[in-house]
Order: sequence, then C-alpha cells, then structure tokens
Amino acid sequence: MRVELRNLSKRWGNVVGVDNISLEVKDGEFVAFLGPSGCGKTTTLLMIAGIYKPTSGEILFDGRVVNHVPPKDRNIGMVFQSYALYPHMTVFDNIAYPLKLQKLPKEEIRERVQRVADMMGIGHLLDRKPGQLSGGQQQRVALGRALVKNPKLLLFDEPLSNLDARLRLTMRGEIKRRQMELGITSIYVTHDQVEAMTMADRIAVIKDGKLQAYDTPEELYERPRTLFIASFIGNPPMNLIRGVEVVRENGTYWTQCPAFRVPVPPERGEKVAGQGEIIMGIRPEDITLAAEEDGQGVVGEVYVVEPLGRDDLISVQLLGDVYVHFLADPHLKLRPGMKITMHFDTSKVQFFDPESERSLLWG
Amino acid sequence: MAVWVETEQVDGIGQRLRNAVAYILLAVSIIPILVGYAWLLIATFSYRTEGLLPKDPQGNIGGWTLANWQFVTDPLIWRVTFNSLVIALGMVVGVGFASSLAGYALSRMNFAGRKGFLSMTLVLHAFPSVTLLISIFFVLQAISALPGVGKVFGYNTVGGVALVMVSLDLPLGIWLMKGFFDNISWDMERAALIDGASRFRVWWEIIMPQIRPGLAALAIFTFLTGWSAYLIPATFTIGTKVSNLPVYINYLMGETSLTNWNQVAAVGLFQMIPILVFFFFTQEKLLNIYSGGTKGGV
Ligand SMILES: Nc1ncnc2c1ncn2[C@@H]1O[C@H](COP(=O)(O)OP(=O)(O)OP(=O)(O)O)[C@@H](O)[C@H]1O
Ligand SMILES: [Mg+2]
Repeated sequence: MRVELRNLSKRWGNVVGVDNISLEVKDGEFVAFLGPSGCGKTTTLLMIAGIYKPTSGEILFDGRVVNHVPPKDRNIGMVFQSYALYPHMTVFDNIAYPLKLQKLPKEEIRERVQRVADMMGIGHLLDRKPGQLSGGQQQRVALGRALVKNPKLLLFDEPLSNLDARLRLTMRGEIKRRQMELGITSIYVTHDQVEAMTMADRIAVIKDGKLQAYDTPEELYERPRTLFIASFIGNPPMNLIRGVEVVRENGTYWTQCPAFRVPVPPERGEKVAGQGEIIMGIRPEDITLAAEEDGQGVVGEVYVVEPLGRDDLISVQLLGDVYVHFLADPHLKLRPGMKITMHFDTSKVQFFDPESERSLLWG
Repeated sequence: MAVWVETEQVDGIGQRLRNAVAYILLAVSIIPILVGYAWLLIATFSYRTEGLLPKDPQGNIGGWTLANWQFVTDPLIWRVTFNSLVIALGMVVGVGFASSLAGYALSRMNFAGRKGFLSMTLVLHAFPSVTLLISIFFVLQAISALPGVGKVFGYNTVGGVALVMVSLDLPLGIWLMKGFFDNISWDMERAALIDGASRFRVWWEIIMPQIRPGLAALAIFTFLTGWSAYLIPATFTIGTKVSNLPVYINYLMGETSLTNWNQVAAVGLFQMIPILVFFFFTQEKLLNIYSGGTKGGV
C-alpha cells in the first residue's frame, strides 16, 4: 500500500506535536521515522493509524484520503513499545483477536494463528498468558498479532527499546527479514539511529515536529543537509569544529583554525573557500593516528579513553579547547595525557553555515 | 499474588521485644471489640445477661435458650431479609453498571463539560444525604404518579429505596471507577481499536477484565452499604413499617415498652451472618484488591 502525508499537523491548544509534515511511502517500502524524544514520531504514527485526528492536512492510502476512516477499517497492524498485549487472554486469544473480530470461522482462525505463531517461533506458548512470557517472547506475540490479519501497512512504535542489546539485534534482523519476505509497507518509529540506518529503505528525520530530511540512509550519511542530521546520524557522532576557515593558496584548498591546518579536496574546498568562519564536520572514522610527521598532522593531547571492545573511543583535546573523537586500536594503548599526532582524511569532510546550520556543500 | 520477602533478623532480641510490644498493643486495643462480639454471641442464646455472664430468670448462671431466635419462624423476617437483599443487590448492579460506563467515559473521552462534571460529582459525594431527604421525597412522589414505573420505583417501594441509594452512591462509584480506568494503559485500547474492535467492545472485552479487582471492591462496599442501610429505607418506606433488616431491628427496639435486648442481639447477629460467611470465603481476594489487583493477568 502507498501512504502519503500532505501537510499533516497535530496541535493540542498551543502545544505543537506535528508540524506540517509531507512525505510519501512507496508500496512495500520500509521507512523509519527517526528523531529525538518528544519530536512527534508517535503522534504521526497514531494519526496514520486513525487513533488521533489530524488538526490539519491529509493522510492518503493508495491515493484515497482516509482522514475519516476509523482505525478498524484501515487494515493496518501495529506493534507498540509496551507490547500492549491483552493480559487476561492467552497468547492464542491475543493473536486470534483481530480474526475473531472479523468473524472468521473457528477452524480458519486456529490455522492462521498457528501458522503465524510458528513463523514467530512461539507456537509452543499458545496456552500461556502474556504475564508468563519473557520480554522477547511478548514482543513476538505482539508482532504475530499485528501480522495475523495480513495487513496492508505495518506500524512499529519503538518496538525494540524494552529489550536487551543482544535480543534487540536478533529481533532487528527478524523484523527486517519478515518485512522483506511479506513485502508489507512498513513505518518504523525509533530514536535509535543505528536501528534506522540498518533497517530502513528511507529515513524521515524529524525534529520538533518538523520533517528535517527524508532520504536513504547512505544519502543522509554521506550528504547531510543540516547540522542536526549530521550530528544525529552516525555512531559515534560526527565531530563538529566551529570557527574553521577555508582558504585557497597556490591552487590548494586549506581548512584552518588555531588548532590545525589541513588540505581539503578541491571539489569540496571551492564551494566554501573565503566564506569566513564556518563549521567543519569530520566523522570519527576519518581520523587516524598519523604514521609519521609530514607537517599536515593534527597535534593534540589524549583526554579520555573509552574502551568499546573492538576499538577504543579516544577523545582528544586540540589547541584552543577543541575536542575531537576518533576510534583507535586498543593495542596502541593510548592513555590520557599522551601527546599524539592525527591524520584527518578530508575526502568526506562536511561544512555548515553557523547561522542557518545548513550544509554549504549540499544545501 | 502475594510475595513474602523473608527478612533476616539481625539483632534478634531487640527485634523480638519490639514485636512483642506491638502485639500487646494490638491485642489490648482489640479487646473492646472482641468483648462486644462475645456479648452478642452469648446474649442471643441466653435468657438475659449480666456482663458477659448468661443468667436464668432466678439470677443463676445458665439460662441457655433458643427463644431469642424464635423470630426465624416468622415469615416477616424473611420478607425483610429479602428486601435487604434486593436493596443491596440492586445497588451492586446499579452502581456497578452506571459507574463503569460513566467512569470509562470520564477517563477516556473528551467532551464538553467533562471537568465541570468531575468536580460536581466530588461535591455531590461530600453532600450529606440527610439534607436531601425532603427533595428526594418529592421526586419519589412524582415517580409514584407515573404509570407502571411508579409501582416499582415510587414512594414506599423497595425499588424506590434502591433507586435513591444508587444515586447517592454513584458519585463515589464513578470516581473510584474513573481512577481504575486511568491506570489502564492507552496502548492496549489503541491496539484493540486497530485490531478492529468497536469502542463498546474495547470497553467490555479489553478494559473491563483489567479492572475486575477494582469492580469487585466497589461491589463489596456497595453491597455492605445497601445491606446495612437505615436512613433512606426508614424514611421512604414509612407505610410498610418494616422495610429492611436495620429498620426491623429499630422497630424491635421501639415497638414494645420493654425492649428485649437479647432478641435485638439475635436479629443483629442474623444480619451479620451473610457478611461473615462472605468475608470468610473472600478474604484472600479482598486482600488482593488492596495490593493492587492482578498483575500481568496471571
Ligand atoms: N495528548 C497530548 N496532549 C498534549 N500534548 C501531547 C499529547 N501527546 C503528545 N503531546 C506532545 O506532543 C509532542 C510529541 O509527542 P510524541 O509522543 O509524538 O513524541 P515522540 O517523538 O513519540 O517521543 P518519544 O520518543 O519520547 O516517544 C510532545 O511534546 C508531547 O508532549
Ligand atoms: Mg513515542
């Protein structure tokens, strides 16, 4: 099913939950709504589900306005963060509930519930009550209940945030696989950018109820259009260094500030040269420990070392109270206080206008 | 389900001493109540009592008799008991039904006058019912004038008494039920709406089962209120002389110049029997209600 939002807004008095969002979800597409807490993700989802009435704007399913269609006639399945299972019913009755409401014959209900339960790996738990299940099992029941009626659209509201890290990884893969197998159009709300990046075909980045960007994960990662997107997408987040100037000298572009002076590729440099003090963004993975002193290294002092297992996350203090993060091999045994020289790979460097916070490269 | 946490006793003697003091204080404070019940029990089976001692007409200890329980053979007592039961059960059904619907609406829906209605209910609950007696009298008179309905819910009928008691009890019931509904997550309700249920089915199949413990508590308290009601039945069933058990007891005390206290005690005990039996069988459930009801539907 194709979903389209047109200038969708939701207000309560003067509280703005969702502010004029327009976007389109293609048939079979997996779209993530990504944004910080309180930005209006759930509100948008509940409007699509028909629980909230939009203050203004339109919601279209397959080109038909559904603003006034009640939830039960929208043919959607939804998975809630709290699972929202019915605690007084068995797992079987929970999954069967949507089918019972459709007044299907008992035999068909039993068959379809069993099939979905087996697919979710909970076929042996059908007689239990939700209170007797683990969090992961409850999550599977909730997913089964959403899938059993063969919905045209699946809505997920942070379905994995109550699970432990390992289970989250497993379920992430599982949800993605089911969605691809069944080809159901899906909208997945999360504030975890890793989840959005790994699962979604396209990501809608939302902030303060406004749509900031709507693009593929690669685009958002490689060509962030605003400072917010740049800082929100990527883990660990992009280093943002204020007060940087780009100058051209003898045909080479240099980005310079009190702490360092490094060359930039001309296709990026020419767009921002001579614009005064701007913000430079460089991802932690584009910073490495310099092998030898070549005059283009960036010198700093190790400030904090956070072991992440495979890597150490190193925080370095540069001249003028500038801090940057990068990932280093734990075997290098970097320790706070050590003086180091780094190499900045500027082939993917970003530049932003400090006033408008928009990208100077892609804006 | 109650979970007992065993706490290790660290300072054995001091703790035990403190426990002992607590038990003694509790025991002492409960003595007057126990003595009262003991007297009630002894009095109903004896000719007369001096203190807690049963006495026969000559003043000797003894004088056990079943004479005080003679009233159970009188058909009147059964009619009165039936009336008590009708009032109490009528209240349970009426208050339970009306306040679960009203409480749900107040908890979940947005409509004009919702805030005002809520505060009005609270004010009404605080209103002493004595001051309303005269106006209720006129209302019941008006109902009596209606054809059909008047015979069941009018002045001087058990139905009328039940109706008045229900309306006086509704404010509390509505507030209690609204509180129970407020504690149910919205997500469960939204899930059911998306699953395809109508608003009414959501209320009946999804939400009501969650608040069963709360509803049971309300039913129990409403039943007790109705079972022991005196003021309203006594006021609005003047013509019948006997309406329910408490009124009947009062009638026994006032009718004859020399009140037979032992008989009054026997009727009092008779009135208590269903309550005692009920509490004996449901005390575990009742405790459950206070500890927050069923969690996770186990
Ligand atoms: N019923 C309501 N009445 C008034 N304001 C509301 C209501 N529901 C949500 N809001 C407000 O709307 C904004 C968006 O809320 P929403 O629940 O959509 O956030 P969210 O993006 O889902 O956040 P989270 O990640 O924490 O779940 C918040 O500022 C919230 O306070
Ligand atoms: Mg939310």
